Amino acid sequence: MTQSNIERLLEKGVFVVTSECGPPKGADAEAVRKKGSLLKGVVDAVNVTDNQTSVVRMSSFASCLILKEMGFDPILQMVCRDRNRIALQSDILGAAALGINNILCLSGDHQSFGDHPGGKNVFDIDSMQLINTVRTMRDEGRLIGGEELKGRPNLFIGAAENPFADPFEIRAMRLGKKVKAGCQFLQTQCIYNLEKFGKWMEMVRERGLHEKCAILAGVTPLKSAGMARYMKTSVPGMDVPEELIDRLKGVPKEKQAEEGVKICVEMIQQLKEIPGVRGVHIMAIEWEEKVAEIAEAAGLSPRPEA
Amino acid sequence: MRLNYPTFIKIIKVPCTGRVDILTLLKAFEAGVDGAYVAGCMEGECHFLKGNIRARKRVEYAKTLLAEVGIEPERLEMYNLSAAQGARFAAIANEMAEKIRSLGPSPLKKAKAAFVA
Amino acid sequence: MIVGNRKPFEEILEMVKPFKKILLLGCRECITVCAAGGEREVGVLASELKMARAKDGQEIEIKEFTLERQCDYEFIDQIKPFIDDYEAVVSMACGAGIQYTAEHYPSKIVLPAINTTFLGVTLEQGVWSERCQGCGECVLHLTGGVCPVARCAKSLFNGPCGGSASGKCEVNKDTDCAWQLIVDRLKTLGQLDRYEDFIPAKDWKPSRDGGPRTRVREDLRLC
Repeated sequence: MTQSNIERLLEKGVFVVTSECGPPKGADAEAVRKKGSLLKGVVDAVNVTDNQTSVVRMSSFASCLILKEMGFDPILQMVCRDRNRIALQSDILGAAALGINNILCLSGDHQSFGDHPGGKNVFDIDSMQLINTVRTMRDEGRLIGGEELKGRPNLFIGAAENPFADPFEIRAMRLGKKVKAGCQFLQTQCIYNLEKFGKWMEMVRERGLHEKCAILAGVTPLKSAGMARYMKTSVPGMDVPEELIDRLKGVPKEKQAEEGVKICVEMIQQLKEIPGVRGVHIMAIEWEEKVAEIAEAAGLSPRPEA
Repeated sequence: MRLNYPTFIKIIKVPCTGRVDILTLLKAFEAGVDGAYVAGCMEGECHFLKGNIRARKRVEYAKTLLAEVGIEPERLEMYNLSAAQGARFAAIANEMAEKIRSLGPSPLKKAKAAFVA
Repeated sequence: MIVGNRKPFEEILEMVKPFKKILLLGCRECITVCAAGGEREVGVLASELKMARAKDGQEIEIKEFTLERQCDYEFIDQIKPFIDDYEAVVSMACGAGIQYTAEHYPSKIVLPAINTTFLGVTLEQGVWSERCQGCGECVLHLTGGVCPVARCAKSLFNGPCGGSASGKCEVNKDTDCAWQLIVDRLKTLGQLDRYEDFIPAKDWKPSRDGGPRTRVREDLRLC
């Protein structure tokens, strides 16, 4: 067991709630605190993104510490795009030393999507190998290079999966590989196509993966029909069914945000009923103020004491 | 028909425009011509199936090279016509001659004249 | 083969600006096959350079010469008799050939006319595609004959990432997702069970990071 709040709650069988906080493009700690204050008491843990979409932001590590000071149990997101195995392991040790309890291992968006498309990517190891690295450091007390550690990083290990990406047939198999590598909790890409997600969960259950790894279903409220359309056409790996866009279009523009929140709440309620789904990850992109409202309406508040 | 076309147009015969190489075109300009055009068969009627289509692609490519060098790419063109179209042959010759006249001498020649003078 | 692109003309023109006599040196190997720096491309570049310089009243003398291979000591000596007649060499070989020429003629300025890009194949006449990055330790037996290092934008050993959609890579809709190709091929071969094997962190030592790699076959050496 680690000191992780979500690990403890999952162990007790609580349906957990996580959300995320994207650090600011700047050195303003207050911006992190402001976002954090919107999530206080609403979630069991908060993800802190690592230069998401390859745009330079305050480091995940530093932002995690700011949130920790506020009483959060942050989830350190770590991508393989920008650092090699030396830097990654060094940051893992540092994070654990400063009381970070959770890590989410990701490959990372390609740099061509970000603000430094001319940068050189690293990808010395991939997300699967990063999971294995953290597990090796924690459980075997050594670096992947073989050197023994003095003090193991006691981290609850997570990963992400996109159930909607291709080839669909190997998506659960891929999760199986992650679980074997050491993944204990999983946050999914935002779900709009419940039917396809249901099929994926079926494959996950067939392999018994839901028992070895806590699946947290990802949701993102849609602000408007325009955003839904954009997500469908321009965000890689996103599956937004047409009827959802139609539903948003069916209400006047000024009411679309409200409708988007309603859809999100309904989605959470339906996801809760799927066997094997053990929590929800609410990603309200630059709309953090809505997380409390969504969680409340979905019957997910108040949260148990951390 | 006894159609007229400018006497300064020199004809170089090739068995098929597919024989026209990029280097052939460039060398002509290097030697100082003010313009050149390739007259191929109608598209779809090449005796060697695709000779004229390949020629067009090469002409297009050579035009980009001329532009790199600083020679107006319009000085080089590709036309398609059949052996039976005498009037079109003359019309193309006159059209091209007119275009070259309006462009003036090749920048290469202009430069030479300027530096000799 | 090694594939390259000719550098933009403007860039080459700028490089040769100080010189009145250059040796334009092609190579008859890979760079000829990918139509970037063989005899014909040497001819085209020479013609372009001569015209561009003549246009500015700065005539340039260019000797065109194409070696069998610019990367081999057996051929590099062929230019020895006349290289000193020229102020600089513009090489139309791959990066290896350009350097080899420079190495052999230390007092001569050797300029690159080619941007060397990748190890690849000819998909059709006029179309080349990358297949290998020379990482030094082949894993094609594990990945259905499709290389994740060269063909996945993130070089994932345990892909595909979440951006694979309809067989294409999220980075470029015209690029096949390498891991889709791997999964398809493993299926065709009846080896999909291999997909479940975790591939551990790669040892990059045989790759590019240890300075130039050298290969020696003692039995073939003459000394």
